Amino acid sequence: MNYNWNWGIFFQPNPMGTGTYLDMLLSGLVLTLKTAALAWVIALITGSIVGVMRTLPSKGANWFGFAYVEFFRNMPLLVQLFLWFFVLPEILPKAAGLWLKQLPNAPFWTAAIGVGFFMSARVAVQLQAGISSLPRGQRMAATALGLTTVQGYRYVLLPMAFRIILPPLTSEFLNTIKNTAVAITIGLLELTGQARSMQEFSFQVFEAFTAATILYLLVNAVVVTAMRFLERWVAIPGYITGK
Amino acid sequence: MIEISHVNKWYSPTFQVLTDCTTNVTKGEVVVVCGPSGSGKSTLIKCVNALEPFQSGDILVDGTKVNDPKTDLPKLRSRVGMVFQHFELFPHLKIIDNLCLAQEKVLGRGHDKAQAKGMQLLERVGLKEQAQKFPAQLSGGQQQRVAIARALAMDPIVMLFDEPTSALDPEMVSEVLDVMVDLAREGMTMMVVTHEMGFARKVANRVIFMDRGEIVEDAAKDDFFGKPRSDRAQKFLSKILSH
Repeated sequence: MNYNWNWGIFFQPNPMGTGTYLDMLLSGLVLTLKTAALAWVIALITGSIVGVMRTLPSKGANWFGFAYVEFFRNMPLLVQLFLWFFVLPEILPKAAGLWLKQLPNAPFWTAAIGVGFFMSARVAVQLQAGISSLPRGQRMAATALGLTTVQGYRYVLLPMAFRIILPPLTSEFLNTIKNTAVAITIGLLELTGQARSMQEFSFQVFEAFTAATILYLLVNAVVVTAMRFLERWVAIPGYITGK
Repeated sequence: MIEISHVNKWYSPTFQVLTDCTTNVTKGEVVVVCGPSGSGKSTLIKCVNALEPFQSGDILVDGTKVNDPKTDLPKLRSRVGMVFQHFELFPHLKIIDNLCLAQEKVLGRGHDKAQAKGMQLLERVGLKEQAQKFPAQLSGGQQQRVAIARALAMDPIVMLFDEPTSALDPEMVSEVLDVMVDLAREGMTMMVVTHEMGFARKVANRVIFMDRGEIVEDAAKDDFFGKPRSDRAQKFLSKILSH
């Protein structure tokens, strides 16, 4: 292989005049973090609502939860992003479609919302499993004390369900961060996108993607560690793995 | 206090769990419900505070119709204490917080008042020292006593017990029964599903014997133990009293 390694490339100015190549990658990292953060907030909130709906004693709510989850988890993420980005503006009324297309930062919003909804289906399934894993008597005890359905979820079922699903939720959080890389296909210059343009400008493909890999690993290591602390912080004395 | 008239319940069109159940519990009365497993006694007691729906018949609690869609069920349930076979304490809350949750969220009591009431009841069941512990750190007998205290904290007009000692190790049964005997002697209206015939002999006013979803015998305690009228009750008694 005839390849000129050049690890100094990171400190050379990039052709866009926005600083060095390293600055380019870091700006991509920032965008990755912003996209992932917004997507995760959307995934957690909508996923929690849908997950709860799947466990409510209401046929309508169960059906909606079922349809939502199957819709968002049975289509490739890439296809979903294309639908949001390219198809949605065309099928909307003309004015609305035009407004969407001219939205500043359209790739960012599309990616965050698209990844968010995609991941929300997975969060919903996790939460449903967490709630279902609680003894049936817990819901009964809450009801028997006079708590309303909302209060029962808020004070009794959800605090336990979320504790139980924290480890798989960590995985979903990591998946959310990694899945933002798909947004390169709708022109979002997040970390993978910036690594790719660094490769195209400098021809230093190995350096660019080595750096991107390390940055992804670092971010995810921070998330894993933080979630571990969270798990320990909310652990219940004497319960399952608690001390 | 509790009037049950002609209650029928089906789980499916072919499977009837309750057949024309009619009985009542007057104020200050202690009624023990017994019978072989699968006889519908737990289902019947859960119908009293509408934890289980039923298809026909009426149940009135303190004059309020339980199966009326207009009834404010959370409010009604908050006045009916219930103790479950598997305790159903909320594992993520400290013992004292288990006692305060519904007082604050359902009755709207202030935190200090709820705490004082909780501590007073914990002292009564002999568990004041455990107030700051979590349910998983207590023995089964202690947990069930907490569950009784939690129900009493709502100042119930009637207490329902659904096999309160069935999940306990034998040496812990008496500590729970002692609390229930005290309660009965203080004049609390109680409906108790149990196999503890010693408890029934000691404090029950009436004994209801159920089999295959029917109330087979509904008699004063002495009549029931002295000369049960039905064959099924005789057989049942001879089996559980022979040891």
